[in-house]
Amino acid sequence: MSATALSYRKTFSLILKRDLTIAFRHKDEMLNPLLFFIIVVTLFPLGIGPETNTLAKIAPGIIWVSSLLATLLSLDRLFKADHNDGSLEQMLISPQPLFIFTLAKICAHWLLTGLPLILVAPLLAVLLHLPEQSYQALFLTLLFGTPVLSFIGAIGAALTVGIKKGGVLLSLIVLPLYIPVLIFATSAIDTASMSLPYGGQLAIIAALFFGTLTLAPFAVGAALKVSTN
Amino acid sequence: MWKWLHPYANPEVSYHFTDKIKPWFGWATFLLLSIGFVWALLFAPADYQQGESFRIFYIHVPSAILSAGIYAGMATAALCSLVWQFKLADASVSALAPIGAIFTAIALVTGAAWGKPMWGTWWVWDARLTSELILLFLYLGVIALNNAFDDKQMAGKAAGILALVGVINLPIIKYSVEWWNTLHQGATVSKLGAPAMAAEMYWPFLFCFLGFIGLVGYVTCIRFQTEVISRNKMRPWVRALVCDNNQPEEAK
Amino acid sequence: MQFESFSAFLDMGGYGFYVWLSYGVSLALLITLLVGSKISNRNTREQIARQIKREQKLKLAAKQQAQQEVTNES
Repeated sequence: MSATALSYRKTFSLILKRDLTIAFRHKDEMLNPLLFFIIVVTLFPLGIGPETNTLAKIAPGIIWVSSLLATLLSLDRLFKADHNDGSLEQMLISPQPLFIFTLAKICAHWLLTGLPLILVAPLLAVLLHLPEQSYQALFLTLLFGTPVLSFIGAIGAALTVGIKKGGVLLSLIVLPLYIPVLIFATSAIDTASMSLPYGGQLAIIAALFFGTLTLAPFAVGAALKVSTN
Repeated sequence: MWKWLHPYANPEVSYHFTDKIKPWFGWATFLLLSIGFVWALLFAPADYQQGESFRIFYIHVPSAILSAGIYAGMATAALCSLVWQFKLADASVSALAPIGAIFTAIALVTGAAWGKPMWGTWWVWDARLTSELILLFLYLGVIALNNAFDDKQMAGKAAGILALVGVINLPIIKYSVEWWNTLHQGATVSKLGAPAMAAEMYWPFLFCFLGFIGLVGYVTCIRFQTEVISRNKMRPWVRALVCDNNQPEEAK
Repeated sequence: MQFESFSAFLDMGGYGFYVWLSYGVSLALLITLLVGSKISNRNTREQIARQIKREQKLKLAAKQQAQQEVTNES
């Protein structure tokens, strides 16, 4: 019965550490979404033209759409490896609640994809001539918004984990659900660029964050149970 | 109520029940839609502002209402399947998704065809249109997920979870799109409002609406039956049923 | 009756194209849905029937083989 003696916190940190260790052993896999993000953002000025005003106007949209796509790219492997080697089944039948496992895995995913995006975003904002007053808004929306992307995306990843070629399907499922985050985040940055208060939008993104934080792990658990039986 | 509902958890009983109500839906659809369409196209008066283009209303509005209604029904079925483990509720999720997608597509196409003469463009990024488009994407996601699994039972359950996630998201999406719209577009196209409808317009609308509901019922029965028999392939009653139905055809 | 002639009916007060486009597309989509559902229903039934037939054939073959073995032994 020693397994049941593990506290929730212990379980959480064990899974988190395990996922991070695995990810750091495959550094290129971890870096690929980030590189993708940077390349997609640089493609937009090439496609649209280098006028400063145009770029500054569409910068929030470009950065946010690219981060949606980059997150999407990394979602596919969230549960895949664990599903293939059978450790996912072990988590499902272990005495600890599924909620802790899914929460830990999603947190690890965010640390590996969301956080690097936040760190790189200011650099790209410079490239896109984003007005200076909206940097803070960009940072804050990414800080609260990217976890939402990980949480909602994890539901899609859990639903498609049993399917062999689930990549495209995953984006089809998840992208429509990302729309509210995209809308509020870009409008917060837009508002900030006009030096207006953007607290309202940020509050809604934070609400989405806490809502998905509490609800998504349950949905992910249910989805994992369905797709692994 | 549970006692009364209980027998319908059995696939065989449900199958025969849908078999019984199917023709009623079929005939009701046929009658209501033929009366409704003829009335709407020939006898209903033209709108004093929009002229004859108002006749699009009689298919646009019912299908727009049904597109949301079917999603609600699908999510309810998914909830029943998740909470009470009704296996048949999965079958109805799989059965309903394509129907809802078709009605959403109809609402979009007729909306565009109505928008062109009234607003001057096929498409505006109006809040209602955008949320209807996103609803179509949600439907397509559910259908794609449902088709991706080889195991029908799993497919229905997974699609159900996605439908539930979507139903929580729908109000947020709708609200966010409305908000986005007012922010980005000042005064947009004047909405078509809800003028007090005259009786001679209301009746054909009612016929069309009820006819569409009948059609949804009829197609749902067919699709539900397909799902039920493909999930219970090995059961003796399905085998008897299939052999029964195929023999007369072979005799010809 | 709102229209004086058939051509007026087709013209729909100048909105003919849009009205008939929406009615046509809607009907086409609904008929596709209806026919598609019926076809998939029939296909599923036929598939199950085929499966049953195959199983019966296999069973019959197995029985015949068993009988043959019995006759060979005696």
